[in-house]
Amino acid sequence: MKTTLSWLREFVELPADLTPAQLDAALTDLGMEVESIVDQAATVKGDLVVGRVLTIEELTGFKKPIRFTTVDVGRDAPQEIICGARNFAEGDLVVVILPGGELPGGFKIGARKTYGRNSNGMICSAAELGLSGDHSGIIVLPAGSAEPGTDARPTVGLDDVLVEVEITPDRGYEMSLRGMARELSYAFSAAYTDPAAVPFAAPTAESPYPVTVEDTVGCDRFSARVVRGIDPTAPSPAWMQKRLVAAGIRTISLPVDITNYLMLELGQPMHVFDLNRLSGGLVVRRARPGEKLTTLDGVARLLDAEDMVICDDTGPISLAAVMGGETSEWQPETVDVLLEAAHWDPVMVGRTARRHKLFSEAAKRWERGVDPQLTLVALARAVEILTEHAGGTVDERVLDIDHVVAPSAIALDAELPAQRIGLAYSAADVVKLLSQVGCQVSETVPLEVTPPSWRPDLLTPIDLVEEVARLGGYNDIPSILPPARGGSGITPAQRRRRTVGRALAENGYVEVLSYPFVAPGAADLLGYPEDDPRRSAVRLTNPLSEQEPLLRTSLLPTLLGTLKRNLGRGHRDLAIFETGLVFLPGLAVTAPPAMGVDRRPSEDEWRAANEIVPAQPWHLAAAVTGDIAPAGWWGAGREASWADAIEAARVALSAAGITPDRVTVSAAELAPWHPGRCAAIAVDGTVVGHAGELHPAVVSAWELPKRTSVMELDLDALPAAPVTQAKKISSFPPALIDVALVVDRDTPAAEVAAVLAEGAGELLESVSLFDLYESDQLGEGKKSLAYKLTFRAADRTLTSEETLTARDAAVAAVAGRFGATLRGA
Amino acid sequence: MSYRNDPYDPKQAALLDPAALEAAVDDARKAFDDAPDLDALAALKPLHLGDRSPVSLARREIGSLPPAAKSDAGKRVNLARQSIQGAYDSRQTELELDRAAKVLVEERVDVTLPWDRRPRGARHPLTTLMEHMGDLFAGMGYDIVEGPELELEWANFDALNIGPDNPVRGAMDTFYVDLPGLVMRTHTSPGQVRSMITKQPPIYVVSPGRAYRSDELDATHSPVFHQIEGLVVDEGITMAHLRGTLDHFAKAMFGPDARTRWRPHYFPFTEPSAEFDVWFAQHRDGPRWVEWGGCGMVNPRVLTACGIDPDRYSGFAFGMGVERTLMFRNGVSDMRDMVEGDVRFTTNFGMEV
Repeated sequence: MKTTLSWLREFVELPADLTPAQLDAALTDLGMEVESIVDQAATVKGDLVVGRVLTIEELTGFKKPIRFTTVDVGRDAPQEIICGARNFAEGDLVVVILPGGELPGGFKIGARKTYGRNSNGMICSAAELGLSGDHSGIIVLPAGSAEPGTDARPTVGLDDVLVEVEITPDRGYEMSLRGMARELSYAFSAAYTDPAAVPFAAPTAESPYPVTVEDTVGCDRFSARVVRGIDPTAPSPAWMQKRLVAAGIRTISLPVDITNYLMLELGQPMHVFDLNRLSGGLVVRRARPGEKLTTLDGVARLLDAEDMVICDDTGPISLAAVMGGETSEWQPETVDVLLEAAHWDPVMVGRTARRHKLFSEAAKRWERGVDPQLTLVALARAVEILTEHAGGTVDERVLDIDHVVAPSAIALDAELPAQRIGLAYSAADVVKLLSQVGCQVSETVPLEVTPPSWRPDLLTPIDLVEEVARLGGYNDIPSILPPARGGSGITPAQRRRRTVGRALAENGYVEVLSYPFVAPGAADLLGYPEDDPRRSAVRLTNPLSEQEPLLRTSLLPTLLGTLKRNLGRGHRDLAIFETGLVFLPGLAVTAPPAMGVDRRPSEDEWRAANEIVPAQPWHLAAAVTGDIAPAGWWGAGREASWADAIEAARVALSAAGITPDRVTVSAAELAPWHPGRCAAIAVDGTVVGHAGELHPAVVSAWELPKRTSVMELDLDALPAAPVTQAKKISSFPPALIDVALVVDRDTPAAEVAAVLAEGAGELLESVSLFDLYESDQLGEGKKSLAYKLTFRAADRTLTSEETLTARDAAVAAVAGRFGATLRGA
Repeated sequence: MSYRNDPYDPKQAALLDPAALEAAVDDARKAFDDAPDLDALAALKPLHLGDRSPVSLARREIGSLPPAAKSDAGKRVNLARQSIQGAYDSRQTELELDRAAKVLVEERVDVTLPWDRRPRGARHPLTTLMEHMGDLFAGMGYDIVEGPELELEWANFDALNIGPDNPVRGAMDTFYVDLPGLVMRTHTSPGQVRSMITKQPPIYVVSPGRAYRSDELDATHSPVFHQIEGLVVDEGITMAHLRGTLDHFAKAMFGPDARTRWRPHYFPFTEPSAEFDVWFAQHRDGPRWVEWGGCGMVNPRVLTACGIDPDRYSGFAFGMGVERTLMFRNGVSDMRDMVEGDVRFTTNFGMEV
């Protein structure tokens, strides 16, 4: 809503010395979001004066014609000014900004030499003054409208304050001068004049034009009047044009301008029909399937059965409440007009506006709610202004088909505002504040509150509580911290995500958060087999990018996208991770049960509804490329590899409270990993994710550096972290024995270690691999694994016999299982 | 030849002469003091304390003395030997200290050398900030609730009094999917709906998390963003409690000077509703009010839809953007920095925000 302060002042007696800051604060506290308050006089700085052109000398020889003028600006000597415009003559009154002044946008004016002459100031166009977009020439003022040398601001209309506010969707009445002024009257305790409180002609038994309203739900009021024989050339008065322009509305013609003007003033949208272009009586009804209408914007629209239309014998001639049609519209030669003011169903208008993407000024008001008691007032004002400026004969008959239901009274416990707000409003306060907004309030218990016709948003007691709180002042509400009721802290799953995130970060990984949108081709680029369940993804029906309509089923595609962006920005050594949801559609594609809002869904409904919600587990993924340990003065760096990805998974599991003995890492084959460098990560025997080097084909398809390695875990698949049991710490010395075992090259080291531990028995404290050696000297296809075995007893120092017996048992176990032999034995 | 019984042997007794012994001690002390290092000192030891040293030779002569003189001579020799040994020991200690000091000098390193052999990573500031906010509320006795991001339309809209005709349900604002009845949640409020559906009051929860709106990414908008929303439903809850909670939250986040300022607003799920600003004294462009979020008293229709008696219970709700908070609190000027995943942006924050 855009308007001017001067117009507001017509209806509310605002303080004469009101500053923009005070106005801003008042509007804000009333709940109107201030977009801008612009003091037009301040937009042009310095001397902006009326000038009279004394002489014009045409300068030639330049790229465009230039005029050298002398202008009387009320000073001792005429100003010499260069001007590029040509739409003026000697003797014309123009607007001059003198040196030292500044135009909107910070354009400073000085005395300068140009085109070989002195130019002291500038003759201004409307565009240069920020008045309109008109660049076609300079402003030529009507002869005799002002004296040279006087301030030009009032003359050109640069003397008002422009106010632009955003109105919340529940307060249609504020989308008018009537409503804004009423609200401001509360803020300043100022006298208010309701522009709708004017005499108007009552409906007559006979109608000026035959009209039938078939659907009184869509249109609960339809009023109309007729004026004949107006002067079609009569222009809109300047004051009206100025106010329309200030409101951002284009001026079109007197009849149309009047309807727009009254829409701004009263909040009642109206429509003008050319009486002579109507054929037969009007019918107000829903559109029929297949009906079409070409609206004023020239668009042929296929109507929906829910749209309301105004029809004549030819069919629909107006898309009711939203936009008129071409065939019945006012024309430059229109002399007989039918003025319509109706009241439409806000829900219908909202749907029609969205369906046809027609968010007209009228539709915006209808959707928010329009006072249904304005139609006859608006018609009376329209007829009055029209005949005053364009003559014509008013048809004394007044049509009014009125099915408006009066607002019902709301029973309000006078204590409720205090109970909900926490500020002790007395019953008298409540009555006063509600009466102020136009409610009728009975002095009963409970209060019976009847909202005014312009407040369709007031329906329930809490709506009234809001009005009391708002007008009582939000910032007077005290600040009281409610006592805690005992919470259980963050959940184990939340704590786990934090710990895992921190552990990875401490291990060199940088967290990223990527959008979960992926391209359909990502599955191919990742090498998923045709029947891979990860190919089954939820699709956005209105994606931001048609290229990425799917919701991720794995974090890897979006993580690799982020990796690539970093590589593109010149990073070479990267370790990143992400924790986020993946979206796994189920098999069923049924709609959830319809659940109302007048009660809680039943358990069955709620369960059935949640069954169709795709599973969305928290996943964790990491990617590494380049050097994981950089080169430096200490020596060479170390290239990231499959092993780092697997270690990242181990770090995460450990941070999640899963002890290493519960984690199994085993060779696996799964896209997008390298088939020989992929590990399945299992906890208690259940696979929870994979890690390793990306398949070379994937690396190439994504244009990633070679050996890029990744891991992904399903965090929600991890068992809850147990309560860790303390371990007995022995104070006796350990016995250390190294064993080097020769085994087949494809024997997994982890399994050898496990069997060693099993065979060594209870005295074994730990087993760790300290050397890996592959050579055919060991025998073809053999490798040597060297382990350090640490033995210790809880209650004694081990003898060398005990230790050797345990060592031999361990070696015997791996010999039995893998045919391992002691190296050098 | 034996002089055993000879009471006087001037030649042999010469070494036992007190002056000779004194000279031996002096010689030894001087030699030791002149020794430049421990090796040189060690080399001098046999000369002055060894078998052929003057004091050792003198001791041998004691046997040749008359019995009456033996005791006296023995004492003399012992004293001399102790003096030499003492001189040796003290010189040795001195040289050892010298050597230790020298080693420390020789082992001096350049401690300014970098040692980032295993660079640290970092956590995303949005994650850290959400945890920080969640912890504040956890400390106040709230639970932290989450929910699916692909959410029931009913929980995201209907239950929150966002009717079927509300424009925010249009495709201009909301992401829809090829499954009926589901949307990408447009706020984290459906998590609160889930709390109310599954639990009767008292309810004290915050729901931090991701939300989606079909805005194009620019400097101030992201189609995927984070919110933290709070919900309290209990007996006797008032707007004053809401204010107290927000003021406390503001102070905990932005320091003791922080406070909130409210502007009446409209939200379908709360009534009365307000938008609120926070006084942010540390703003990089100077102290000022900064728009922070929206709040209000839970609309009774929402309570009804979630199975809570609106006559018995009342509640408040609030919500703010985590990105927006990070932007003004930490001086992030472009939303894109938070979503693009450039490691430089995140690394700058390390483990804290």
